[in-house]
Amino acid sequence: MNLITEPWPWYIGGPAIAVVLFLLLFSEKQFGMSSNLRTLCAMAGAGKKTTFFNFDWRQYRWNLVVALGAAAGGLLANNYMTDGTVGAIHQDVVLQLNSLGVEGAGKDYMPEAFFSTDAFSNPKTLVLLALGGFLVGFGTRYAGGCTSGHAISGLSNLQLPSLIAVIGFFIGGLLMNHFLLPCLL
Amino acid sequence: MKRVLLYFSIGILFGIIMIKSEAASWFRIYEMFQFKSFHMYGIIGAAVALGLVVTQAIKRFKLRSFFGEEIQIPSKAKLVKAPLFGGIIFGLGWALTGACPGPIYVLIGAGYFPVLIVLASAILGTYCYGVLKPRLPH
Repeated sequence: MNLITEPWPWYIGGPAIAVVLFLLLFSEKQFGMSSNLRTLCAMAGAGKKTTFFNFDWRQYRWNLVVALGAAAGGLLANNYMTDGTVGAIHQDVVLQLNSLGVEGAGKDYMPEAFFSTDAFSNPKTLVLLALGGFLVGFGTRYAGGCTSGHAISGLSNLQLPSLIAVIGFFIGGLLMNHFLLPCLL
Repeated sequence: MKRVLLYFSIGILFGIIMIKSEAASWFRIYEMFQFKSFHMYGIIGAAVALGLVVTQAIKRFKLRSFFGEEIQIPSKAKLVKAPLFGGIIFGLGWALTGACPGPIYVLIGAGYFPVLIVLASAILGTYCYGVLKPRLPH
């Protein structure tokens, strides 16, 4: 197995995420990626009218630096650390997605129809991406964290609200995946 | 400046992990919600198992940070409705776009530019939550 060019199995990826948690905690920060959305709102001046955004965002500049780093890491990994293969997707899922009109499972990293620049000329795709983003941004702040803040950091810290949030993530995710997506796609 | 480089490097590492482990892949998220693969559960489970060891060791042994301070790990607000309702809303968006807040940045960097729309609307969503917060059940 070549760790530079081939996709990682879960037993490399999972522990690697714990290393990120470790590095952030030992840098006196938290592993929670959604807070930067709030920081961005505060930076744009949302604190003038809304108390939720009325805080000194300069203290949270570090989480924007992490986000910029994440983008740089994505660029590096997707361009220079891949042989173009992706991990196998279960055959049932491939067939089911094909029947919904989604191609590329097990061949491409992402469905080209939604995530290549072609998507910009497809109004339906744009609406779905915008809707999904809105739900992610609204829900994560309402819940007080996302997959990193609740599922990884919060569960590691034995926080009950994090367990409730993760159950919520799955209720919403299963609803979307099994009932709504087949109608939306 | 040193710290900025440290945070930037941690971000780079995170971005590489998200791509290489395929945790940022729409297909993988779809497959996870179909319960057809152990991959995503293995990633989250292994991260939490090791994270537990790290977090509990920090608390029990009062470990010090790279900069010599005692590490503080804040507790989450003791709420039920907010994490449940917010979590459900987040889950709907996660399963639709395949992107949690971290992977949003990673995917944009990786060149999947339509994710910029996801980012813009996620910022708008966060803004709307901030405005509506006093009227929502927590």
